[in-house]
Amino acid sequence: MSVQIQPDFSYTIPIDTVGVEERVSRLNKRSIKKESKLLALKLALSMIDHTTLEGKDSEGKIIQLCNKARIPYAPLPDLPPLAAVCVYPTMVATAKKALLGTSIKTASVATAFPSGMAHLSIKLADTKFAVEQGADEIDMVISRGEFLKGNYNFIYDEIAAVKEACGRAHLKVILETGELETLENVRKASDIAMHAGADFIKTSTGKVSPAATQPVTLVMLEAIRDFYNETGQMVGMKPAGGIRKAKEALQYLVLVKETLGDAWLTPDYFRFGASSLTNDLLMQIVKQLTGVYQGIHYFSND
Amino acid sequence: MTDRIEVLKTYKTYIGGKFPRSESERTYPVSDSKGNLIANACRCTRKDVREAVVAARASFDGWQGRSAYNRGQIIYRIAEILEGRKSQFTEELERTGTKTKNAVTEVESAIDRLIYYSGWTDKISQVFGTINPVASSHFNFSVPEPSGIVGIIAPDDSPLLSTISLLAPVLCGGNTCVIIASEKNPLPAVSFSEVLHASDVPGGVVNILSGYRNELVDSLTSHMDVNGILNAVNDENIVKLTEENGSINIKRVYHYTAENWLDEIHESPYIIHPFLEIKTTWHPVSS
Amino acid sequence: MADKLKETMPSNDVNGTPKPSSPNADTAEQITMLWEYSPAPESSEHISISDKYHHFIGGEWVHPEKGRYMTTINPATENKLAEFAEGTSEDVKRAVKVARKAYEKSWSNLSGKERGKYIFRLARMIQEKARELAIIESMDGGKPIRESRDVDVPLAAAHFFYYAGWADKLGYAFPGRKADPLGVCGQIIPWNFPLLMLAWKIAPALATGNTVVLKPAETTPLTALKFAEICMDAGLPDGVVNIVTGAGQTGAAIVNHPDVDKIAFTGSTEIGKIIQKSIAGTGKKFTLELGGKGPLIIFEDAPIDQAVEGIINAIFFNQGHVCCAGSRLLVQEGISEKLIKKLKDRMETLIIGDPLDKNTDIGAINSRSQYERIMKYLETGKNEGAEMYQTSGSLPENGYFCRPTLFTGVSQSNRIVQEEIFGPVLTIQTFRTPDEAIEKANNTPYGLASGIWTDKGSKIFKTGQKIRSGVMWANTYNKFDPTAPFGGYKESGLGREGGLHGLYPYVNLTPV
Repeated sequence: MSVQIQPDFSYTIPIDTVGVEERVSRLNKRSIKKESKLLALKLALSMIDHTTLEGKDSEGKIIQLCNKARIPYAPLPDLPPLAAVCVYPTMVATAKKALLGTSIKTASVATAFPSGMAHLSIKLADTKFAVEQGADEIDMVISRGEFLKGNYNFIYDEIAAVKEACGRAHLKVILETGELETLENVRKASDIAMHAGADFIKTSTGKVSPAATQPVTLVMLEAIRDFYNETGQMVGMKPAGGIRKAKEALQYLVLVKETLGDAWLTPDYFRFGASSLTNDLLMQIVKQLTGVYQGIHYFSND
Repeated sequence: MTDRIEVLKTYKTYIGGKFPRSESERTYPVSDSKGNLIANACRCTRKDVREAVVAARASFDGWQGRSAYNRGQIIYRIAEILEGRKSQFTEELERTGTKTKNAVTEVESAIDRLIYYSGWTDKISQVFGTINPVASSHFNFSVPEPSGIVGIIAPDDSPLLSTISLLAPVLCGGNTCVIIASEKNPLPAVSFSEVLHASDVPGGVVNILSGYRNELVDSLTSHMDVNGILNAVNDENIVKLTEENGSINIKRVYHYTAENWLDEIHESPYIIHPFLEIKTTWHPVSS
Repeated sequence: MADKLKETMPSNDVNGTPKPSSPNADTAEQITMLWEYSPAPESSEHISISDKYHHFIGGEWVHPEKGRYMTTINPATENKLAEFAEGTSEDVKRAVKVARKAYEKSWSNLSGKERGKYIFRLARMIQEKARELAIIESMDGGKPIRESRDVDVPLAAAHFFYYAGWADKLGYAFPGRKADPLGVCGQIIPWNFPLLMLAWKIAPALATGNTVVLKPAETTPLTALKFAEICMDAGLPDGVVNIVTGAGQTGAAIVNHPDVDKIAFTGSTEIGKIIQKSIAGTGKKFTLELGGKGPLIIFEDAPIDQAVEGIINAIFFNQGHVCCAGSRLLVQEGISEKLIKKLKDRMETLIIGDPLDKNTDIGAINSRSQYERIMKYLETGKNEGAEMYQTSGSLPENGYFCRPTLFTGVSQSNRIVQEEIFGPVLTIQTFRTPDEAIEKANNTPYGLASGIWTDKGSKIFKTGQKIRSGVMWANTYNKFDPTAPFGGYKESGLGREGGLHGLYPYVNLTPV
């Protein structure tokens, strides 16, 4: 990693929300049809972090989730597998074992997910545990309370410390944009996370509403683009929570394509944190291939 | 005891807050109704027009930039000063053949007209401005602003009252102006410039020229830096010339003639309106 | 931007080299393929365009007196779309006579309330035919379907809705005054927003009780003729709306007709001046919406990504065929380099091509003559020593297309900075202080629209007050709404269209 000069995070980059919304609305008008649509659906499928983050998660549930990630839809074995499964640290070992021999990553939330309300030492221990269990990717949360207090250096240092604790595992930094509220905060948190070493920046835990939105995602993508232009480093993006429909997923891909370019249109740089999106993508893929509208009960609900 | 010799007044012009003679150094005689010479007035030329427009342009930003309240106070101040010089203007009008009673009425009406318009400066935005409920997430409002420099062609009747009835709405809207005074009787308008000068009206906001219309109207109405023309002379040729000349830079041309300038119908915001531009501003609404 | 990024993608980036994510080789290969948008053309199959159109006078199609017809083409393909009548002064006379009769016999006898109901009908029927109108607009004029579908047609309908509601409420518009109609209005509209400009003209005229003779532009007559069909379908009394087609001479015949009470013109400042001159002394009322050379002032504290988007909307909307286009970029020195890079990157993502494709951002230049005019300006710009930048990518083989273009290294004295190009061409100048920006912004005979981007509210108001233009878009650009008055200062026009102020040009006010 190259040495970077840490910018002054107390400086706020102005963002006009209406302008962002208009841009999103214009991008949403891109018409994705025919071959382009089929390709995009498959691409989106390959970018899913198939997720379960519930108090009632058990080994059985995790194994089902992993199977779905490996073979999203048995009648079409040529479909790409999902990008990763995303689970709590205690479930990492189970997932890792279930995914053995595949390219599917095991991602684990850590750092006192979802609130992040724990001492740094606990967050680091949480992270290390997940990595030791075999996590390829760590999804951490930032301390939103400290951020909103203006304690930006705290945020930076915490992310940097977690990054170090990750070792070889990739770090996704969850900003929990629904609690940051303004797009200017989203931009600032994105910049702090990238400068502190994030491999991915991610919108939400999925536990707070609103979760991922397209305006928030666009602002984060623009932050990634500016960071790339400044440093030459590509950081990934993961909108998470609330993305349920294939149509929305395609709109996200358009956002990525026209903000960052084709280089980011791979699971290495773009992920969807979602669970029910998988089946909607599958239904649309089958519809594209067969011309017949699909029903939910023809798709396994794992 | 010998009779005191009266000091005669030299009537000059009013340009940029100063009282120069015409650049031509020529004058023309102004007579009373019986044809007796009263005084010589400056016979201004196109070069005087040019100087006056330059002065009006130079003062425009400042005058427009004043608060509406302040512009109202200044117009009110003009009325106050004129009130104090009532007898002077009554006499001047009498000398040109106006009956005493009518002269008094004309001066008093002129004062009242200034008072009327002084109260409009801070209300025209509220009457002619709008908040526009656009369908998108924007705050949108339209406010009137002055057109810029207005050339005023004053008529011959009621020379003081008509000049003030034309000048006041133009000033009220925040414009600056160049007035071509009545050709037949320019003296009250020229003397009125002394009132303006004493009334906190910044130099150049009002400029007053005298002379022959056929030597002045063409150059004033064709001037590229004049934004509007307010013509009160009921003359087909002047109307046509003004409008044709207006077309070379899209001037706002408004003809306003009156049978009787004393009539209160000449007090109206709709006389201010022709020299207002509506500016519509949009801004996004978001956090 | 995409291709450039690929070339410059660092091999040892933080995430390592891209890894195949699928065990299935075929699928993996497919997915690493470049994802491009497939063509998404709007079908024009169900669109009905007649081979030949006559004038619409007195509620029926009327053959032109001289029997001459002109041709309108699709500027994206250069294919002929239809023939339309070339109006002579006899045709105009006939239309004005019918309009006068309709004004006296039917339209002025209707109550404002009933008049309003007819206008509401027109609004509704435009909505019903929205798709057809949008497609025809794009075929006839070359503008992207995204714009005709999302901007032109909905706004046209919205204008009729807005003014329909005024028809029986005019007593509330002018305090202390009674508003009477003028009579017959002659209206001449341009080719850049054919149906929308028709709406801007006809809706307030009808709402205030006038009848109209309207001439659409000779390169884009079709939606006006479709609107004539709508008038018939709506049962609008005969002669209230008359459409006479033709070129400049037809327009001149309308302007000079002695029985026309008011002229409303939208077009170039050059023609506007001719009109103002030719009606001098006639007592006709008139409004003019003319040219512009809108400044876009970007302060260094601007929300930069939204400013870039604003610039894109300001100059590349409708191929830059917009009188209020923001064609002069004034950027504060501290951010000029960054802004221009972002602007260039964004420009690369603009899709140029078939106006009927739903993904097209930039359609065809409206006509051969306009195309040649723009090309001449590009030459002028280069000859004046300015540096020209255009986006890469191929253009369609047929039709008139122009790449989005920037000129840097220009100064205020350059012709490309002073003159309205009416194409997708932006000049870029820098400034250091707000006063310098204002000075440069105002240094033009025009005064139609301007844009300011800054995060500081007080700076918006200050700059906004100092700039002499009828529209001030702050942190946005090229927004339109029927409730918002639009029109120019100085040589950009006279009078306002839209909003309450848009009623003034169509009424005589007398003290109550």
